[in-house]
Amino acid sequence: MNGAPVPTVGPEVPEDPVNLIGFGPTDLYQRREKIFTRYVGGFFQRLRFYTGWPLLVGYFVTPWLPWGDRQAVLFDLPARQFHLLGLTIWPQDFWLLGWILMIAAFGLFTVTTMVGRLWCGYTCPQTVWTSIFMWMEQVAEGPRHVRMRLEQSPWSLEKAWKRLFKHGMWLFWALFTGLTFVGYFTPIRDLATNLAIANVPLMASFWVLFFSGATYVNAGWMREQVCLYMCPYARFQSAMIDQDTLIVSYDAARGEPRGSRKRGAASSTLGDCTDCQLCVQVCPTGIDIRNGLQYECIGCAHCVDACAQVMDKMAYAPGLIRYTTARALNGGAVRIVRGRSIAYAAVCMVLVVAFAVALVKRTPLEIDILRPRDTLFQTLADGSFRNDYQLIIANKTQHEARYRLQLVEPDHLSLDSPASITVAAGEIANVPFSIAGDATAGNTTVLIRACTEDGTACNTEETRFLAPMGRPS
Amino acid sequence: MSTAWNWFVIIGTLVSLAATMWLLFANRKTSGGRTTGHEWDGIEELDNPLPFWWVGMFVASTIFAILYLTVFGGLGNIPGILAWSSAGEHGQDTATQQARFAPLYTRLAGMSAEELKQDREGRQVGRRLFINHCSTCHATTAKGSFGFPDLTDDEWIWGGDFESILETVRNGRNAQMPAWGPALGDDGVLEASHYVLKLSGQPHDAALALPGKTRFDTICVACHGPEGKGNPALGAADLTDNRWLYGSSIGALGFTIRNGRGGIMPAHEPIIGVEKAHIVAAYVYGLRE
Repeated sequence: MNGAPVPTVGPEVPEDPVNLIGFGPTDLYQRREKIFTRYVGGFFQRLRFYTGWPLLVGYFVTPWLPWGDRQAVLFDLPARQFHLLGLTIWPQDFWLLGWILMIAAFGLFTVTTMVGRLWCGYTCPQTVWTSIFMWMEQVAEGPRHVRMRLEQSPWSLEKAWKRLFKHGMWLFWALFTGLTFVGYFTPIRDLATNLAIANVPLMASFWVLFFSGATYVNAGWMREQVCLYMCPYARFQSAMIDQDTLIVSYDAARGEPRGSRKRGAASSTLGDCTDCQLCVQVCPTGIDIRNGLQYECIGCAHCVDACAQVMDKMAYAPGLIRYTTARALNGGAVRIVRGRSIAYAAVCMVLVVAFAVALVKRTPLEIDILRPRDTLFQTLADGSFRNDYQLIIANKTQHEARYRLQLVEPDHLSLDSPASITVAAGEIANVPFSIAGDATAGNTTVLIRACTEDGTACNTEETRFLAPMGRPS
Repeated sequence: MSTAWNWFVIIGTLVSLAATMWLLFANRKTSGGRTTGHEWDGIEELDNPLPFWWVGMFVASTIFAILYLTVFGGLGNIPGILAWSSAGEHGQDTATQQARFAPLYTRLAGMSAEELKQDREGRQVGRRLFINHCSTCHATTAKGSFGFPDLTDDEWIWGGDFESILETVRNGRNAQMPAWGPALGDDGVLEASHYVLKLSGQPHDAALALPGKTRFDTICVACHGPEGKGNPALGAADLTDNRWLYGSSIGALGFTIRNGRGGIMPAHEPIIGVEKAHIVAAYVYGLRE
């Protein structure tokens, strides 16, 4: 099915199991060739293991950490409050997310221009989870050639058992993953307790199953297809790569012409590549790195480790397939740190500092002033006017606070509000207050400031004082 | 929906579903040529069949439509298996919310006015109820507006003890001051107005206030009392405290005496129920400093 599209030849519909409802033979859909990756050890695989574990443990442990009487990290969607340790993010702080996304983007740019698709190869959850699933596959079904034979073999008790074992492990791990993910959005201790007594609320069950299912399908079945067809970051990381970026490369000048030979047998006509195909067999995306840089390459270095082992056995120098730059391959110098990467890093640093400042300077109280739904103004006995307002005040801190209102301007009006406004942690209070005075203009701009009683945090809001127009001053 | 529209919707829906499926399957085969014969500036339109995934999604959508119509209804007046309706869902949600807050209201309604005054949650609930149901006339701050009394001062037209306030909230009040213009005549209205100014200690014309007292003692005294102190049983205002519902100028007083006033507080028990009436009455009772 991978050939060029075949034009339709006639109304006769050939037998084709794919076309269940009788469409022509033209099929623009590329069927997936199942990839059987061969296990390989080595330096970069150990590196991934040691970098992956802290990330994995962090993911699974974080929701269980307590902070006072609640979960340390909890994205409480129904209450629209994100708790991160001692910090509570409100919807009004949503712009902080913009900073975080920009920092993440420029961080990725910086790393990618220097060392290529490091994110894809080592830290991306898709890669990490797929690695775990592949390991489980190996445990349940055996090494590559055994798995390939198993795939071809007819159904037997042994095959059924092995498959059941594999999918069982996959599903268990997927469920664990889904449960943890949902635990970031709903208290995980309650969730686990409810799960233990099989009484999980409907919505929580749905999302647990949804994310478990997504994990199972992504890491078990989709695998490299996510990187090839679905992931936008894979593509734009490719666009960040230039002549001086570290990429996994095959040294064609040294390796070609390739050919098999006996161990220790020197050959004057062949290059160092023994054409052992190991680099192809270990590749999780199913490419041949010897064809040069390809968009499918996630920079995982499986082939680097595999080739290093072969070179070692052949007593050749390592590095026939290695991390290098396109410039270095053509005889130039390796320049990882250069203007472009420094520029990205500088932008990233500026963003980090700006974000830190924004976070620290964040106002811990939010105020809003509503004009009433009743009359515009009241005429008082002495001929002056009164306007009523509602103060909406949100205490974004994690402790109770007392606030005081003051009228910043204008001077000729007077404020009548409660002397002290007590708002519980995370509460949004509703406080009526009024402003009175003799206004000569129909519409006067008024500035109201709410401060904590110790004056450490303030927020100012503008509103209007309305009076009849056209009165003599 | 009337019978005709009912059938119009049913037939329209079913025919549309059938027609789209027919259209899909009628076009699943190509004409046999390489192109459709359409050509624009050398760009030819190939006569390829519809993509498999697209047809699959179309069929799936149609199946979804049939399932939807079966479960949720939509074929005219025929209800679905779930008999779902937006009005029904609203009713359910309302019932859910009422059940959710019922314990809160029951707890607060069981507290005395003095207890509620001290209770933080009681005050907050009372304030929200007041803003939702009372502020339209009495203003957000409860300081009143023209014709609607200030609830934060110590003048109470219908009595300021908790029981009186609760009665006002639950069953409403109807204060009627008749129009005395025809009985008093222009002179009489002016004289009576000056006497009322005198009662409240405002600048007045003593020469007019003197005959005004006679007018007052024959007519106004019936409700406002010999000293003009008013009568909470009738909703007659105290005229001596210089607090005015309808204005204190000579013109405003004259208008009131000549044309009368009608002050209606609607009964709120039918609107908000006994429990909320109790909470909001306690809030009003607690407004005084």
